[in-house]
Amino acid sequence: MVKVYGNKATRFGFGEALVELGKKDERIFVLGADTAASVAINGFQEAFPDRFANVGIAESNMLGIASGLALAGFIPFAATYGVFASGRPWEQIRTTICYSNLNVKIGGSHSGLMVGPDGATHQALEEIAIMRCLPKMTVISPCDVIETKKATMAAAYLKGPVYIRYGRESIPVITEEITPFEIGKAQIMKEGKDVCIIATGTMVYESLMAAELLEKEGINAKVINIHTIKPIDEKAIIDAAKECGAIVTAEEHQIFAGFGSAVAEVVVKNAPVPMEFVGMKDCFGESGKPSDLMAKYGLKDVNIIQAVKKVIARK
Amino acid sequence: METGDLKILSASVRKDILKMLELAGSGHPGGSLSSVELLVDLYLNHMNFNHLNPKDPSRDYFILSKGHACPVLYAVLAQLECINSDELCTLRKAGSRLQGHPAADKGLPGIEVSTGSLGYGLSIGVGVAKGMKTLKQPNRVYVLMGDGEQQEGTIWEAAMSASHFKLDNLCAIVDCNGLQIDGSVSDILNIDPIADKYKAFGWNVISIDGHDLNQVDKAYSDAKNTKDKPTAIIAKTVKGKGVSFMENTADWHGKTPSKEQLLKAINEIDASIK
Repeated sequence: MVKVYGNKATRFGFGEALVELGKKDERIFVLGADTAASVAINGFQEAFPDRFANVGIAESNMLGIASGLALAGFIPFAATYGVFASGRPWEQIRTTICYSNLNVKIGGSHSGLMVGPDGATHQALEEIAIMRCLPKMTVISPCDVIETKKATMAAAYLKGPVYIRYGRESIPVITEEITPFEIGKAQIMKEGKDVCIIATGTMVYESLMAAELLEKEGINAKVINIHTIKPIDEKAIIDAAKECGAIVTAEEHQIFAGFGSAVAEVVVKNAPVPMEFVGMKDCFGESGKPSDLMAKYGLKDVNIIQAVKKVIARK
Repeated sequence: METGDLKILSASVRKDILKMLELAGSGHPGGSLSSVELLVDLYLNHMNFNHLNPKDPSRDYFILSKGHACPVLYAVLAQLECINSDELCTLRKAGSRLQGHPAADKGLPGIEVSTGSLGYGLSIGVGVAKGMKTLKQPNRVYVLMGDGEQQEGTIWEAAMSASHFKLDNLCAIVDCNGLQIDGSVSDILNIDPIADKYKAFGWNVISIDGHDLNQVDKAYSDAKNTKDKPTAIIAKTVKGKGVSFMENTADWHGKTPSKEQLLKAINEIDASIK
Protein backbone atom coordinates (compact mmCIF):
# COMPACT_ATOMS: atom_id res chain seq x y z
CA MET A 1 0.00 0.00 0.00
CA VAL A 2 1.39 3.36 -1.02
CA LYS A 3 1.32 5.53 2.07
CA VAL A 4 -0.59 8.75 1.40
CA TYR A 5 -0.92 11.26 4.23
CA GLY A 6 -3.36 13.65 2.60
CA ASN A 7 -3.64 15.85 -0.48
CA LYS A 8 -2.28 19.38 -0.77
CA ALA A 9 -0.78 21.57 -3.44
CA THR A 10 2.98 22.04 -3.27
CA ARG A 11 2.58 25.81 -3.66
CA PHE A 12 1.35 25.95 -0.08
CA GLY A 13 4.56 24.35 1.11
CA PHE A 14 6.48 27.14 -0.62
CA GLY A 15 4.24 29.79 0.87
CA GLU A 16 4.38 28.41 4.43
CA ALA A 17 8.13 28.13 4.30
CA LEU A 18 8.43 31.77 3.23
CA VAL A 19 6.38 32.96 6.20
CA GLU A 20 8.47 30.89 8.60
CA LEU A 21 11.66 32.18 7.02
CA GLY A 22 10.37 35.73 7.16
CA LYS A 23 9.68 35.42 10.87
CA LYS A 24 13.20 34.41 11.77
CA ASP A 25 15.28 36.21 9.17
CA GLU A 26 14.75 39.83 8.19
CA ARG A 27 16.94 39.36 5.14
CA ILE A 28 14.17 37.41 3.43
CA PHE A 29 12.48 39.51 0.75
CA VAL A 30 9.73 38.21 -1.53
CA LEU A 31 8.83 39.43 -5.00
CA GLY A 32 5.73 38.71 -7.01
CA ALA A 33 4.56 39.51 -10.52
CA ASP A 34 0.82 40.03 -10.12
CA THR A 35 0.21 36.37 -9.20
CA ALA A 36 0.78 36.53 -5.44
CA ALA A 37 -2.23 34.55 -4.25
CA SER A 38 -2.05 31.81 -6.83
CA VAL A 39 1.64 31.17 -6.23
CA ALA A 40 1.05 31.30 -2.47
CA ILE A 41 3.23 34.24 -1.57
CA ASN A 42 0.31 36.34 -0.30
CA GLY A 43 0.82 34.97 3.21
CA PHE A 44 4.29 36.53 3.29
CA GLN A 45 2.90 39.72 1.77
CA GLU A 46 0.36 40.05 4.58
CA ALA A 47 2.83 39.20 7.31
CA PHE A 48 5.78 41.27 6.08
CA PRO A 49 4.53 44.00 3.73
CA ASP A 50 7.79 45.95 4.04
CA ARG A 51 9.76 43.02 2.66
CA PHE A 52 7.40 42.27 -0.18
CA ALA A 53 7.19 43.88 -3.60
CA ASN A 54 4.76 43.25 -6.41
CA VAL A 55 6.42 44.31 -9.63
CA GLY A 56 3.37 43.78 -11.80
CA ILE A 57 3.41 41.79 -15.03
CA ALA A 58 7.12 42.34 -15.58
CA GLU A 59 9.07 39.18 -14.94
CA SER A 60 12.42 40.26 -16.36
CA ASN A 61 12.28 43.28 -14.12
CA MET A 62 11.34 41.04 -11.20
CA LEU A 63 14.48 38.96 -11.61
CA GLY A 64 16.58 42.10 -12.08
CA ILE A 65 15.17 43.63 -8.93
CA ALA A 66 15.80 40.35 -7.11
CA SER A 67 19.42 40.61 -8.29
CA GLY A 68 19.71 44.13 -6.91
CA LEU A 69 18.18 43.05 -3.60
CA ALA A 70 20.74 40.26 -3.38
CA LEU A 71 23.49 42.84 -3.92
CA ALA A 72 21.95 44.88 -1.11
CA GLY A 73 22.31 41.91 1.27
CA PHE A 74 18.81 40.44 1.15
CA ILE A 75 17.83 36.83 0.44
CA PRO A 76 15.25 37.43 -2.30
CA PHE A 77 12.63 34.91 -3.40
CA ALA A 78 11.00 35.78 -6.72
CA ALA A 79 7.97 33.70 -7.63
CA THR A 80 5.43 33.44 -10.39
CA TYR A 81 4.18 30.84 -12.87
CA GLY A 82 6.99 28.59 -14.06
CA VAL A 83 6.86 29.57 -17.73
CA PHE A 84 7.27 33.23 -16.82
CA ALA A 85 9.67 32.65 -13.92
CA SER A 86 12.15 30.64 -15.97
CA GLY A 87 11.48 31.39 -19.61
CA ARG A 88 10.89 35.04 -20.02
CA PRO A 89 13.73 36.23 -17.76
CA TRP A 90 16.02 33.36 -18.75
CA GLU A 91 18.81 35.58 -19.96
CA GLN A 92 18.56 37.77 -16.87
CA ILE A 93 18.85 34.58 -14.78
CA ARG A 94 21.82 33.42 -16.82
CA THR A 95 23.83 36.59 -17.25
CA THR A 96 22.98 38.59 -14.15
CA ILE A 97 22.11 36.01 -11.53
CA CYS A 98 24.14 32.91 -12.39
CA TYR A 99 27.20 34.59 -13.89
CA SER A 100 27.54 36.80 -10.79
CA ASN A 101 26.45 33.89 -8.54
CA LEU A 102 23.82 36.06 -6.89
CA ASN A 103 21.85 34.69 -3.97
CA VAL A 104 18.48 34.76 -5.74
CA LYS A 105 15.86 32.06 -5.21
CA ILE A 106 13.30 31.53 -7.93
CA GLY A 107 9.91 29.95 -7.26
CA GLY A 108 8.45 28.47 -10.42
CA SER A 109 4.85 27.66 -9.62
CA HIS A 110 2.25 26.09 -11.89
CA SER A 111 4.61 23.52 -13.31
CA GLY A 112 3.47 20.74 -15.58
CA LEU A 113 0.28 19.71 -17.28
CA MET A 114 -1.61 19.81 -14.00
CA VAL A 115 -2.06 23.56 -14.43
CA GLY A 116 -5.08 22.23 -16.26
CA PRO A 117 -7.68 24.46 -17.92
CA ASP A 118 -5.43 27.45 -18.58
CA GLY A 119 -3.80 25.35 -21.24
CA ALA A 120 -0.45 25.09 -22.97
CA THR A 121 0.71 28.69 -22.62
CA HIS A 122 0.71 28.30 -18.85
CA GLN A 123 1.78 24.65 -18.52
CA ALA A 124 5.49 24.84 -17.75
CA LEU A 125 7.17 21.77 -19.20
CA GLU A 126 10.67 23.03 -19.97
CA GLU A 127 12.01 24.62 -16.80
CA ILE A 128 14.19 21.72 -15.75
CA ALA A 129 15.97 21.80 -19.10
CA ILE A 130 16.56 25.53 -19.24
CA MET A 131 17.56 25.91 -15.62
CA ARG A 132 19.84 22.90 -15.17
CA CYS A 133 22.09 23.92 -18.04
CA LEU A 134 23.06 27.11 -16.19
CA PRO A 135 26.30 27.08 -14.22
CA LYS A 136 25.86 27.87 -10.50
CA MET A 137 22.13 27.08 -10.57
CA THR A 138 20.65 24.57 -8.13
CA VAL A 139 17.42 22.99 -9.37
CA ILE A 140 14.96 21.39 -6.96
CA SER A 141 11.75 19.59 -7.93
CA PRO A 142 10.03 18.43 -4.72
CA CYS A 143 7.56 15.53 -4.71
CA ASP A 144 4.95 16.87 -2.29
CA VAL A 145 3.96 19.82 -0.10
CA ILE A 146 6.09 18.69 2.85
CA GLU A 147 9.19 18.30 0.71
CA THR A 148 8.51 21.64 -0.97
CA LYS A 149 8.50 23.36 2.38
CA LYS A 150 11.76 21.70 3.39
CA ALA A 151 13.33 22.54 0.03
CA THR A 152 12.35 26.20 0.34
CA MET A 153 13.73 26.43 3.88
CA ALA A 154 16.98 24.82 2.77
CA ALA A 155 17.26 26.95 -0.37
CA ALA A 156 17.26 30.13 1.68
CA TYR A 157 20.61 29.20 3.22
CA LEU A 158 22.30 27.63 0.24
CA LYS A 159 24.64 30.24 -1.22
CA GLY A 160 23.80 31.04 -4.80
CA PRO A 161 20.92 30.79 -7.27
CA VAL A 162 18.20 28.19 -6.69
CA TYR A 163 15.16 27.26 -8.79
CA ILE A 164 12.30 25.50 -7.03
CA ARG A 165 9.69 23.84 -9.25
CA TYR A 166 6.28 23.52 -7.67
CA GLY A 167 2.63 23.27 -8.68
CA ARG A 168 -0.90 24.53 -8.48
CA GLU A 169 -2.88 21.35 -8.16
CA SER A 170 -3.58 19.36 -4.99
CA ILE A 171 -1.46 16.18 -5.06
CA PRO A 172 -0.87 13.26 -2.66
CA VAL A 173 1.35 13.86 0.35
CA ILE A 174 3.83 10.98 0.32
CA THR A 175 6.50 12.09 2.75
CA GLU A 176 6.34 13.01 6.41
CA GLU A 177 7.87 15.67 8.61
CA ILE A 178 10.38 13.10 9.85
CA THR A 179 11.47 12.13 6.34
CA PRO A 180 15.06 13.30 5.98
CA PHE A 181 15.73 16.01 3.40
CA GLU A 182 19.07 17.20 2.17
CA ILE A 183 19.71 19.21 -0.98
CA GLY A 184 21.57 16.98 -3.40
CA LYS A 185 20.68 13.69 -1.78
CA ALA A 186 18.33 11.26 -3.49
CA GLN A 187 15.71 9.47 -1.40
CA ILE A 188 15.16 5.72 -1.73
CA MET A 189 11.38 5.33 -1.47
CA LYS A 190 11.25 1.59 -2.07
CA GLU A 191 13.86 -1.11 -2.44
CA GLY A 192 13.92 -3.44 -5.43
CA LYS A 193 16.27 -5.21 -7.82
CA ASP A 194 14.58 -5.88 -11.17
CA VAL A 195 14.36 -2.29 -12.36
CA CYS A 196 14.83 1.16 -10.87
CA ILE A 197 12.22 3.86 -11.38
CA ILE A 198 13.87 7.22 -10.81
CA ALA A 199 11.32 9.99 -10.59
CA THR A 200 11.01 13.64 -9.69
CA GLY A 201 8.19 15.87 -8.49
CA THR A 202 4.64 14.74 -9.14
CA MET A 203 5.82 11.54 -10.83
CA VAL A 204 7.22 10.08 -7.60
CA TYR A 205 3.71 9.18 -6.44
CA GLU A 206 2.89 7.67 -9.85
CA SER A 207 6.12 5.65 -9.61
CA LEU A 208 5.17 4.28 -6.21
CA MET A 209 1.74 3.32 -7.54
CA ALA A 210 3.37 1.67 -10.55
CA ALA A 211 5.81 -0.23 -8.32
CA GLU A 212 2.94 -1.57 -6.21
CA LEU A 213 1.13 -2.84 -9.29
CA LEU A 214 4.36 -4.31 -10.68
CA GLU A 215 4.92 -6.30 -7.45
CA LYS A 216 1.64 -8.07 -8.12
CA GLU A 217 3.08 -9.15 -11.48
CA GLY A 218 6.26 -10.36 -9.86
CA ILE A 219 8.40 -7.42 -10.94
CA ASN A 220 10.39 -6.00 -8.03
CA ALA A 221 10.96 -2.31 -8.73
CA LYS A 222 13.15 0.09 -6.78
CA VAL A 223 11.83 3.65 -6.58
CA ILE A 224 14.06 6.64 -6.06
CA ASN A 225 12.86 10.20 -5.50
CA ILE A 226 15.33 12.73 -6.88
CA HIS A 227 14.26 16.17 -5.74
CA THR A 228 17.58 17.85 -6.46
CA ILE A 229 18.07 17.64 -10.19
CA LYS A 230 21.16 19.77 -9.97
CA PRO A 231 23.51 18.89 -8.35
CA ILE A 232 22.22 15.39 -8.99
CA ASP A 233 23.02 12.48 -6.64
CA GLU A 234 25.29 10.57 -8.99
CA LYS A 235 26.13 7.86 -6.48
CA ALA A 236 22.49 6.92 -5.93
CA ILE A 237 21.95 6.65 -9.68
CA ILE A 238 25.10 4.64 -10.31
CA ASP A 239 24.35 2.26 -7.44
CA ALA A 240 20.82 1.77 -8.76
CA ALA A 241 22.06 1.11 -12.29
CA LYS A 242 24.48 -1.50 -11.03
CA GLU A 243 21.94 -3.08 -8.73
CA CYS A 244 18.93 -3.19 -11.07
CA GLY A 245 20.41 -3.17 -14.55
CA ALA A 246 17.55 -1.14 -16.03
CA ILE A 247 16.18 2.33 -15.36
CA VAL A 248 12.96 4.16 -16.09
CA THR A 249 12.85 7.90 -15.43
CA ALA A 250 9.62 9.82 -14.92
CA GLU A 251 8.93 13.56 -15.00
CA GLU A 252 6.02 15.88 -15.68
CA HIS A 253 8.22 17.66 -18.19
CA GLN A 254 9.57 17.34 -21.73
CA ILE A 255 11.73 14.23 -22.15
CA PHE A 256 14.26 16.16 -24.24
CA ALA A 257 16.93 17.79 -22.08
CA GLY A 258 14.93 17.29 -18.89
CA PHE A 259 15.25 15.17 -15.78
CA GLY A 260 15.58 11.88 -17.64
CA SER A 261 18.43 13.31 -19.64
CA ALA A 262 20.15 14.40 -16.46
CA VAL A 263 19.91 10.84 -15.13
CA ALA A 264 21.03 9.41 -18.47
CA GLU A 265 24.13 11.61 -18.43
CA VAL A 266 25.20 9.88 -15.22
CA VAL A 267 24.20 6.39 -16.34
CA VAL A 268 25.84 6.46 -19.76
CA LYS A 269 29.13 7.74 -18.38
CA ASN A 270 29.38 5.47 -15.36
CA ALA A 271 27.18 2.38 -15.61
CA PRO A 272 25.39 2.14 -18.92
CA VAL A 273 22.14 0.18 -18.69
CA PRO A 274 18.99 0.29 -20.81
CA MET A 275 16.77 3.26 -20.03
CA GLU A 276 13.23 4.39 -20.82
CA PHE A 277 11.93 7.93 -20.36
CA VAL A 278 8.42 8.75 -19.21
CA GLY A 279 7.48 12.38 -19.79
CA MET A 280 6.01 14.77 -22.32
CA LYS A 281 7.02 13.49 -25.72
CA ASP A 282 8.17 16.77 -27.29
CA CYS A 283 4.72 18.31 -27.49
CA PHE A 284 2.72 21.03 -25.79
CA GLY A 285 -0.20 20.38 -23.45
CA GLU A 286 -3.73 21.70 -23.76
CA SER A 287 -6.70 22.78 -21.67
CA GLY A 288 -8.35 20.06 -19.62
CA LYS A 289 -8.76 18.53 -16.21
CA PRO A 290 -5.36 17.84 -14.65
CA SER A 291 -6.00 14.13 -14.16
CA ASP A 292 -7.37 13.73 -17.70
CA LEU A 293 -4.34 15.48 -19.14
CA MET A 294 -1.89 13.32 -17.22
CA ALA A 295 -3.61 10.24 -18.63
CA LYS A 296 -3.86 11.60 -22.15
CA TYR A 297 -0.20 12.57 -22.34
CA GLY A 298 1.13 9.39 -20.80
CA LEU A 299 2.19 10.58 -17.35
CA LYS A 300 0.49 7.97 -15.17
CA ASP A 301 1.49 4.81 -13.32
CA VAL A 302 0.28 2.71 -16.25
CA ASN A 303 2.74 4.48 -18.53
CA ILE A 304 5.56 3.84 -16.11
CA ILE A 305 4.56 0.17 -15.98
CA GLN A 306 4.68 -0.01 -19.79
CA ALA A 307 8.12 1.57 -19.77
CA VAL A 308 9.34 -0.84 -17.10
CA LYS A 309 8.30 -3.86 -19.14
CA LYS A 310 9.99 -2.43 -22.23
CA VAL A 311 13.25 -1.74 -20.48
CA ILE A 312 13.40 -5.04 -18.64
CA ALA A 313 13.10 -6.82 -22.00
CA ARG A 314 16.33 -5.11 -23.05
CA LYS A 315 18.36 -6.09 -19.98
CA MET B 1 37.62 68.20 -7.00
CA GLU B 2 37.62 71.41 -9.01
CA THR B 3 36.65 71.46 -12.67
CA GLY B 4 40.17 72.28 -13.81
CA ASP B 5 41.61 69.27 -12.02
CA LEU B 6 38.78 67.07 -13.24
CA LYS B 7 39.61 68.07 -16.80
CA ILE B 8 43.19 66.92 -16.33
CA LEU B 9 42.02 63.71 -14.71
CA SER B 10 39.59 63.14 -17.57
CA ALA B 11 42.46 63.47 -20.01
CA SER B 12 44.44 60.83 -18.09
CA VAL B 13 41.42 58.55 -18.11
CA ARG B 14 41.07 59.00 -21.86
CA LYS B 15 44.69 58.11 -22.43
CA ASP B 16 44.42 55.03 -20.20
CA ILE B 17 41.30 53.89 -22.07
CA LEU B 18 43.08 54.07 -25.39
CA LYS B 19 46.30 52.50 -24.13
CA MET B 20 44.54 49.53 -22.60
CA LEU B 21 42.41 49.02 -25.71
CA GLU B 22 45.41 49.15 -28.04
CA LEU B 23 47.13 46.49 -25.94
CA ALA B 24 43.98 44.37 -25.73
CA GLY B 25 43.44 44.43 -29.47
CA SER B 26 39.66 44.44 -29.04
CA GLY B 27 37.09 46.45 -27.11
CA HIS B 28 34.95 49.56 -27.23
CA PRO B 29 36.60 52.97 -27.44
CA GLY B 30 33.68 55.04 -28.74
CA GLY B 31 31.25 54.44 -25.90
CA SER B 32 33.99 54.45 -23.27
CA LEU B 33 35.26 57.88 -24.33
CA SER B 34 31.76 59.39 -24.41
CA SER B 35 31.21 58.48 -20.73
CA VAL B 36 34.44 59.90 -19.29
CA GLU B 37 33.18 63.14 -17.74
CA LEU B 38 30.03 61.44 -16.47
CA LEU B 39 32.04 58.86 -14.56
CA VAL B 40 34.91 61.06 -13.46
CA ASP B 41 32.68 63.65 -11.81
CA LEU B 42 30.49 60.94 -10.27
CA TYR B 43 33.34 59.11 -8.59
CA LEU B 44 35.44 62.14 -7.66
CA ASN B 45 32.69 64.47 -6.45
CA HIS B 46 29.55 62.54 -5.59
CA MET B 47 29.87 58.79 -5.00
CA ASN B 48 30.35 57.67 -1.45
CA PHE B 49 33.07 55.20 -2.39
CA ASN B 50 35.89 53.80 -0.30
CA HIS B 51 38.73 52.77 -2.58
CA LEU B 52 40.29 50.77 0.25
CA ASN B 53 37.07 48.89 0.90
CA PRO B 54 34.84 48.86 -2.15
CA LYS B 55 32.32 46.62 -0.34
CA ASP B 56 31.86 49.13 2.48
CA PRO B 57 28.18 48.77 3.47
CA SER B 58 27.74 52.54 3.54
CA ARG B 59 28.87 52.89 -0.08
CA ASP B 60 26.91 54.24 -3.00
CA TYR B 61 26.42 51.68 -5.78
CA PHE B 62 27.44 52.18 -9.38
CA ILE B 63 26.14 49.82 -12.06
CA LEU B 64 27.67 50.06 -15.51
CA SER B 65 24.67 48.88 -17.51
CA LYS B 66 26.46 49.72 -20.77
CA GLY B 67 29.03 47.12 -19.74
CA HIS B 68 31.04 47.27 -22.96
CA ALA B 69 32.29 50.69 -21.82
CA CYS B 70 34.17 49.02 -18.96
CA PRO B 71 37.53 50.55 -19.99
CA VAL B 72 36.30 53.87 -18.62
CA LEU B 73 35.30 52.23 -15.33
CA TYR B 74 38.60 50.38 -15.04
CA ALA B 75 40.50 53.59 -15.78
CA VAL B 76 38.57 55.54 -13.15
CA LEU B 77 39.08 52.78 -10.56
CA ALA B 78 42.80 52.96 -11.32
CA GLN B 79 42.80 56.75 -10.81
CA LEU B 80 41.18 56.17 -7.43
CA GLU B 81 43.88 53.61 -6.65
CA CYS B 82 41.19 51.03 -6.10
CA ILE B 83 43.06 48.92 -8.61
CA ASN B 84 46.67 49.16 -9.65
CA SER B 85 47.18 51.04 -12.91
CA ASP B 86 49.67 48.34 -13.90
CA GLU B 87 46.75 45.96 -14.15
CA LEU B 88 45.06 48.00 -16.90
CA CYS B 89 47.26 46.42 -19.55
CA THR B 90 45.72 43.00 -18.79
CA LEU B 91 42.36 43.99 -20.25
CA ARG B 92 40.65 41.06 -22.03
CA LYS B 93 43.61 38.72 -21.60
CA ALA B 94 42.93 35.18 -20.39
CA GLY B 95 43.05 34.99 -16.62
CA SER B 96 42.68 38.74 -16.21
CA ARG B 97 40.43 40.35 -13.65
CA LEU B 98 39.69 43.00 -16.25
CA GLN B 99 37.24 41.09 -18.41
CA GLY B 100 35.88 42.41 -21.72
CA HIS B 101 32.64 43.20 -19.90
CA PRO B 102 32.65 43.77 -16.13
CA ALA B 103 32.74 40.49 -14.25
CA ALA B 104 31.89 40.23 -10.57
CA ASP B 105 33.43 36.79 -10.17
CA LYS B 106 37.08 37.65 -10.88
CA GLY B 107 37.73 39.50 -7.65
CA LEU B 108 38.22 42.92 -9.22
CA PRO B 109 37.36 45.49 -6.57
CA GLY B 110 34.79 48.08 -7.57
CA ILE B 111 32.60 45.80 -9.71
CA GLU B 112 29.19 45.28 -8.11
CA VAL B 113 27.71 42.90 -10.64
CA SER B 114 28.54 41.44 -14.03
CA THR B 115 27.01 43.44 -16.85
CA GLY B 116 27.29 43.51 -20.61
CA SER B 117 23.98 42.20 -21.82
CA LEU B 118 22.26 45.51 -22.44
CA GLY B 119 19.06 46.44 -20.74
CA TYR B 120 19.46 44.83 -17.34
CA GLY B 121 21.35 47.38 -15.27
CA LEU B 122 18.37 49.57 -14.49
CA SER B 123 16.37 46.66 -13.02
CA ILE B 124 19.34 45.74 -10.87
CA GLY B 125 19.62 49.36 -9.78
CA VAL B 126 15.94 49.41 -8.90
CA GLY B 127 16.52 46.32 -6.76
CA VAL B 128 19.45 47.83 -4.87
CA ALA B 129 17.58 51.11 -4.40
CA LYS B 130 14.50 49.30 -3.12
CA GLY B 131 16.73 47.35 -0.78
CA MET B 132 18.27 50.52 0.62
CA LYS B 133 14.83 52.06 1.16
CA THR B 134 13.71 48.89 2.95
CA LEU B 135 16.76 49.04 5.20
CA LYS B 136 16.20 52.79 5.66
CA GLN B 137 19.79 53.37 4.56
CA PRO B 138 20.88 56.50 2.71
CA ASN B 139 23.04 54.76 0.08
CA ARG B 140 22.49 56.04 -3.44
CA VAL B 141 22.42 53.98 -6.62
CA TYR B 142 23.75 55.14 -9.99
CA VAL B 143 23.15 53.32 -13.28
CA LEU B 144 24.93 54.36 -16.48
CA MET B 145 23.22 53.29 -19.70
CA GLY B 146 23.70 53.95 -23.38
CA ASP B 147 21.17 55.44 -25.77
CA GLY B 148 21.05 52.43 -28.09
CA GLU B 149 20.42 50.45 -24.94
CA GLN B 150 17.14 52.32 -24.45
CA GLN B 151 15.80 50.13 -27.24
CA GLU B 152 15.69 47.18 -24.82
CA GLY B 153 12.20 46.76 -23.40
CA THR B 154 13.48 45.57 -20.04
CA ILE B 155 14.63 49.12 -19.35
CA TRP B 156 11.07 50.36 -19.51
CA GLU B 157 9.82 47.79 -17.03
CA ALA B 158 12.49 49.05 -14.68
CA ALA B 159 11.67 52.68 -15.43
CA MET B 160 8.02 52.13 -14.52
CA SER B 161 8.89 50.41 -11.28
CA ALA B 162 11.46 53.00 -10.24
CA SER B 163 8.92 55.78 -10.18
CA HIS B 164 6.18 53.51 -8.86
CA PHE B 165 8.37 52.73 -5.86
CA LYS B 166 9.39 56.41 -5.52
CA LEU B 167 13.07 55.53 -5.62
CA ASP B 168 14.60 58.98 -5.18
CA ASN B 169 17.85 57.28 -4.21
CA LEU B 170 18.21 56.06 -7.80
CA CYS B 171 19.93 58.11 -10.49
CA ALA B 172 20.10 56.85 -14.06
CA ILE B 173 22.40 58.42 -16.59
CA VAL B 174 21.80 57.95 -20.29
CA ASP B 175 24.93 58.53 -22.35
CA CYS B 176 23.39 59.80 -25.60
CA ASN B 177 26.17 59.73 -28.15
CA GLY B 178 23.68 59.10 -30.94
CA LEU B 179 25.37 56.05 -32.40
CA GLN B 180 25.19 52.28 -32.05
CA ILE B 181 26.90 49.44 -33.93
CA ASP B 182 24.95 49.52 -37.16
CA GLY B 183 24.70 53.29 -37.40
CA SER B 184 22.83 56.17 -35.83
CA VAL B 185 20.28 55.47 -33.14
CA SER B 186 17.72 57.66 -34.88
CA ASP B 187 18.01 55.62 -38.09
CA ILE B 188 17.92 52.19 -36.49
CA LEU B 189 15.30 52.55 -33.79
CA ASN B 190 14.64 56.12 -32.81
CA ILE B 191 14.48 56.60 -29.05
CA ASP B 192 13.58 60.29 -29.07
CA PRO B 193 12.13 62.15 -27.38
CA ILE B 194 14.01 60.27 -24.67
CA ALA B 195 13.80 62.98 -22.01
CA ASP B 196 10.03 63.18 -22.48
CA LYS B 197 9.77 59.41 -22.18
CA TYR B 198 11.46 59.34 -18.77
CA LYS B 199 9.33 62.28 -17.69
CA ALA B 200 6.21 60.43 -18.78
CA PHE B 201 7.40 57.44 -16.76
CA GLY B 202 7.40 59.64 -13.67
CA TRP B 203 11.08 60.51 -13.43
CA ASN B 204 12.76 63.80 -12.69
CA VAL B 205 14.70 64.52 -15.88
CA ILE B 206 17.80 66.68 -16.29
CA SER B 207 19.19 67.22 -19.81
CA ILE B 208 22.83 68.23 -20.02
CA ASP B 209 25.93 68.42 -22.18
CA GLY B 210 27.66 65.25 -20.99
CA HIS B 211 31.13 66.72 -21.48
CA ASP B 212 30.56 69.95 -19.57
CA LEU B 213 31.84 69.08 -16.10
CA ASN B 214 29.94 71.93 -14.45
CA GLN B 215 26.66 70.73 -15.92
CA VAL B 216 27.46 67.12 -15.02
CA ASP B 217 28.29 68.11 -11.46
CA LYS B 218 25.16 70.19 -10.99
CA ALA B 219 23.00 67.38 -12.38
CA TYR B 220 24.30 64.89 -9.81
CA SER B 221 23.68 67.43 -7.04
CA ASP B 222 20.17 68.14 -8.28
CA ALA B 223 19.47 64.40 -8.40
CA LYS B 224 20.53 64.08 -4.76
CA ASN B 225 18.11 66.82 -3.78
CA THR B 226 15.12 65.41 -5.61
CA LYS B 227 12.52 63.76 -3.44
CA ASP B 228 10.01 61.00 -4.23
CA LYS B 229 11.14 60.53 -7.82
CA PRO B 230 14.15 58.85 -9.40
CA THR B 231 16.29 61.09 -11.61
CA ALA B 232 17.33 60.47 -15.19
CA ILE B 233 20.24 62.53 -16.45
CA ILE B 234 20.02 62.66 -20.23
CA ALA B 235 23.57 63.47 -21.28
CA LYS B 236 24.25 64.57 -24.83
CA THR B 237 27.70 63.28 -25.63
CA VAL B 238 30.05 62.60 -28.49
CA LYS B 239 30.97 59.02 -29.24
CA GLY B 240 34.77 58.82 -29.27
CA LYS B 241 35.08 62.20 -27.57
CA GLY B 242 38.62 63.54 -27.34
CA VAL B 243 40.05 61.88 -30.41
CA SER B 244 39.34 63.68 -33.65
CA PHE B 245 39.27 60.62 -35.90
CA MET B 246 37.05 58.67 -33.49
CA GLU B 247 34.44 61.35 -32.83
CA ASN B 248 30.88 60.91 -34.08
CA THR B 249 31.33 57.73 -36.05
CA ALA B 250 29.86 54.29 -35.41
CA ASP B 251 33.07 52.78 -36.80
CA TRP B 252 34.85 53.20 -33.49
CA HIS B 253 32.17 51.47 -31.41
CA GLY B 254 34.09 48.22 -31.24
CA LYS B 255 37.40 48.77 -33.02
CA THR B 256 40.74 49.39 -31.35
CA PRO B 257 43.48 51.81 -32.40
CA SER B 258 46.79 50.79 -33.91
CA LYS B 259 50.03 51.94 -32.27
CA GLU B 260 50.27 54.86 -34.69
CA GLN B 261 46.67 55.86 -34.11
CA LEU B 262 47.20 55.57 -30.36
CA LEU B 263 50.15 57.92 -30.52
CA LYS B 264 48.19 60.44 -32.56
CA ALA B 265 45.30 60.22 -30.10
CA ILE B 266 47.53 60.72 -27.06
CA ASN B 267 49.10 63.79 -28.64
CA GLU B 268 45.68 65.23 -29.31
CA ILE B 269 44.54 64.63 -25.75
CA ASP B 270 47.71 66.16 -24.31
CA ALA B 271 47.29 69.19 -26.53
CA SER B 272 43.69 69.65 -25.37
CA ILE B 273 44.73 70.29 -21.78
CA LYS B 274 47.63 72.63 -22.48
